[in-house]
Amino acid sequence: MVDVILIGLSLGSILLLIALGLAITYGAMGVINMAHGDLVMVGAYTTVMAGIWLHLGFLASIPLAFVVTAAIGLAIEKLIVRHLYGRLLDTLLATWGVAILLQQAVRLEFGASFFGRHVEGLGSGLQKVDVPTWMTGSARLLGTDVNLYRTFIIGVTLILAAVTWFIMYRLPIGTQVRAIMRNPKMAAACGIDVERVNAMTFAYGSGLAGVAGVMMSGFKTVFPDMGTPLVVDGFLVVVVGGVGSLFGAVAASGLLGQINGVVAAATNDTLARAVIFAVVIAIIVLKPRGLFSYKGR
Amino acid sequence: MQMNRRSFLQAGVGSAAALAGPTFLPRAAFAADTIDVGVLFSLTGGLSIVEKSLHDATMMAISEINASGGVMGKQVRAIEEDGASDPKTYNEKASKLVIENKLPTVFGSYTSASRKAVLPVFEKRNSMYFYPTYYEGYECSRNVVYTGAVPNQQLSNFVPWIIEKLGKKKFFIVGSDYIYPREMAKVVKILLEKHGATYVGDEYLELGHSEWGSMVNKIKNSGCDVVLSNVVGDSVVAFYREYKNQGLTMDKLPICATVTSEIEIAAMGPEYAVGSYTSFPYFMAIDTPENKSFIERYRAFVKDPKAVTHHAMCSAYFQVFLWKQAVEKAKDTSPNAVREAVRDQSFLSPGGEVKVSAENLHTWLTPRIAQWGADGQGKIVDAYPGPIYPLPYVAYGETEQNPFCTPKGLDVKKLKG
Repeated sequence: MVDVILIGLSLGSILLLIALGLAITYGAMGVINMAHGDLVMVGAYTTVMAGIWLHLGFLASIPLAFVVTAAIGLAIEKLIVRHLYGRLLDTLLATWGVAILLQQAVRLEFGASFFGRHVEGLGSGLQKVDVPTWMTGSARLLGTDVNLYRTFIIGVTLILAAVTWFIMYRLPIGTQVRAIMRNPKMAAACGIDVERVNAMTFAYGSGLAGVAGVMMSGFKTVFPDMGTPLVVDGFLVVVVGGVGSLFGAVAASGLLGQINGVVAAATNDTLARAVIFAVVIAIIVLKPRGLFSYKGR
Repeated sequence: MQMNRRSFLQAGVGSAAALAGPTFLPRAAFAADTIDVGVLFSLTGGLSIVEKSLHDATMMAISEINASGGVMGKQVRAIEEDGASDPKTYNEKASKLVIENKLPTVFGSYTSASRKAVLPVFEKRNSMYFYPTYYEGYECSRNVVYTGAVPNQQLSNFVPWIIEKLGKKKFFIVGSDYIYPREMAKVVKILLEKHGATYVGDEYLELGHSEWGSMVNKIKNSGCDVVLSNVVGDSVVAFYREYKNQGLTMDKLPICATVTSEIEIAAMGPEYAVGSYTSFPYFMAIDTPENKSFIERYRAFVKDPKAVTHHAMCSAYFQVFLWKQAVEKAKDTSPNAVREAVRDQSFLSPGGEVKVSAENLHTWLTPRIAQWGADGQGKIVDAYPGPIYPLPYVAYGETEQNPFCTPKGLDVKKLKG
């Protein structure tokens, strides 16, 4: 039973890892960022490229991937999302376009392929990332084999969630973000530089996607289409948890991860997936605003 | 249109030899200085990683044929189309190649889904399709030349070998959730019963699924002593990685796979697959001058010194030569001529001698088993002395003495019996 719970926990932490960035961009800013999965993909490719070009190890890639995807996120915000605040569905379409652009840019190697040049690590081929040996395999704990890499992911996710919580609830910038969430116009009237804060929030959310990408690259292959299915899981968590609630995202990913783990252990993964969706539907029918959300003003 | 339908029906019943075919003959292919063929693989989308290599192998074969003087003195020109990893697009592109470009022969497809999607086009218009991938069998079309392995060519030696040589008795069968892994599992179960072994699990995961925590845990607790994997594509990588990460080792509980090839091993990192086994008629490690030269030529062709070769790719390469020989024998590029002339054609492929069966247009291939090493290459640990007969209906009792699929078509009565 302990092993099933551990699997559920690791499933949940991967869900949270992907959802954390979305919880900020969708939850806090009202932007349906369909490019989130592709930012995860960019983070994964950053790890691949950092290994090949800079000889950076897996761990050293984490801050690098954060910086790279945050920069891309910043660019997306400045160029596109900025003009679409308050237009939820338009952000969906626009960022979907960005998602396709990102995918094709990687596949076409930024156009390098037109000149017959091949960028090592990019392109449509499968790429892999070498995880440090001490992170592979498993250790014996509480009578079960604990998967080291999974434990590492759980650890990283917890740290990221804690840091995000600290920024949002303990730093002045977090207060400003939450003020903008509630009422952007009023926040602006109070002297908050809404544009700047929004740009930084979006960049931070994108950076989290990059870190998720590094983690994903440790157990999946890296390829241009890897991000698309992830974004669905991310939205599941955010919607179930309650839009704008960090705690909700943590609770929802834990809940969905455990349901997935338990059902998959008892029956099979395909059914587990179906049960997850049934649970999600039930929750949004019964609690349309998610498990934990702001009380309406 | 009616003409087509009628010819299609006749083809299906197998009663008439002379079809409405000549009406649709690609006159352009005769008149021009070139012979045109279609090349239809996915260059974009999720399957492009594998299919690009099949496309490249096909193009390489064409360029080699052209370099050595072409076919009947004419250069071969490839009309390339992109299936975009999508069966619907495959169907549209196949229709374009057959109807608009009037091509008598097309090389293409990786997945069964894409083959099934284009099949009606080729049967209805009576064109020939050369399909290079190992697949589940259960098909008998007079418009397709199948050059990849069918289940008996991957499993008939593999399962008994696992039982006898590895001394394994309890199998866990795992696969992706679609027709190929399920048909393969059927054959595995027949072979297990025949050789006095059993299976303790038979589980499937959604195609492209990469979350293996629960499944590997289940394998661990199932009491099996060997895992037979029919897992496909990107999932393979996540599977092997999770397997190692959960502390399972290949020496105690080896994975014996039917899909994991050089390309997947390269993608996951060889250290995750060391000690596991795969059964295929072709491995990059085959130690013959033909294969060494093939690998070198391929790497030069795709300008990638680290490119790997694999089974379906090898078939994608040699099937172009089988077509060339058929055209030269018949002195005619028309589908009917190619179909008849390709029967019994043999060729020395990088993986050894191959021959198209005169009965069912599938290819005689040599089953081999390899154990993966730390360098990402298989070490061949067992091989048949020569090519064996392809039995697409082996799961339904087909044998070499009692073929279900013949030039006359599929004997449906046998299938039911």
